[in-house]
Amino acid sequence: MKYVKEVAWIMAFTFIGEALNKLLPLPIPAGVYGLVLLLAGLITGVVKLEDVETTGGFLLDTMTLMFIPAAVGIMSVTDILIPVLVPYLVIIISSTVIVMTVTGIAASLILRRSEKKEYKEAAE
Amino acid sequence: MKETLISAVAGSDYFGLFLSIGLFIIALKLKARFKFAILNPLLVSTVLCIIVLVVLDIPYETYRDSAKMLSYLLTPATVCLAVPMYKQLKLLKDNLAAVAIGITTGTCCSILSILAMGKLFGLTGDHIATLLPKSITTAIGMGVSEEAGGIVTLTVAAIIITGILGNMIAETIFKIFRIEHPVAKGLALGTSAHAVGTAKALELGEVEGAMSSLSICVAGILTVILVPLVSGTLY
Repeated sequence: MKYVKEVAWIMAFTFIGEALNKLLPLPIPAGVYGLVLLLAGLITGVVKLEDVETTGGFLLDTMTLMFIPAAVGIMSVTDILIPVLVPYLVIIISSTVIVMTVTGIAASLILRRSEKKEYKEAAE
Repeated sequence: MKETLISAVAGSDYFGLFLSIGLFIIALKLKARFKFAILNPLLVSTVLCIIVLVVLDIPYETYRDSAKMLSYLLTPATVCLAVPMYKQLKLLKDNLAAVAIGITTGTCCSILSILAMGKLFGLTGDHIATLLPKSITTAIGMGVSEEAGGIVTLTVAAIIITGILGNMIAETIFKIFRIEHPVAKGLALGTSAHAVGTAKALELGEVEGAMSSLSICVAGILTVILVPLVSGTLY
């Protein structure tokens, strides 16, 4: 009955997230509410890691698959997408490359600096 | 005869589910065999799926209804991103400065680059508003787009294209720019390519996955706050 218990916990947090999304006037999706609450549950010990770990691992392992229906949905907006496709693609490609590179480099610089500091502190 | 056969098959509750998973496995095999970045499994399975639907003349709605279970699992899967985050909590706390600065810089870059290029291409305000939330998770992005006067259905397409692209180019970008630290990789993927990028980050490792999950939340909320500040300049 291990899976029953795990699924129950995950569905409980999913349901609470969904309810908060409906009740609160904020543009935050159900999944993000549920994520923050499950994290809080794990930190406070209300939920134990082994209560959600296996099923959670299964859902994360298959997550890429879950995007296929939405991606295939692009075929239903082709009539309005085609006229703007070229500028859209150029902007999406360049902006995604810029954001990924800048985020990665900014984080790397800070990480390197704090690691140097730790190294120095350890040496002293 | 052919029509009735197709409509009987496509009318099955599991048709879309089976088609998606089957094509994804074929895409994984192709990737393993040829190893080109362009053969991203999500991209290939999506394209193959569209081809199958067009060739068999099955409407998108029929496919969508029978693949509903996959989209349905997305919310509980997002909730479960808390698991790698919890496991890496110490690392997250220890690197708070890198996390905060990385995600904030990235999100600002996203908004500014879209504004600048949108104006450069002479796109109208509603099209720029459509693209502004392209790097955040769909559920938040749709709201941001609507609020700023964008075209929501196109925003969903832009978000998905961004995700697939991020998923596809991540390893090449990390190699070119020597982004080697797992924390930096995770932040870069989550900030630029939301949940689809996070799926890639989880493949790279648990630290990457945890950082990417956190980035989805922070970048999403940051975009909600920042877009209204610039959307006034669009019209």
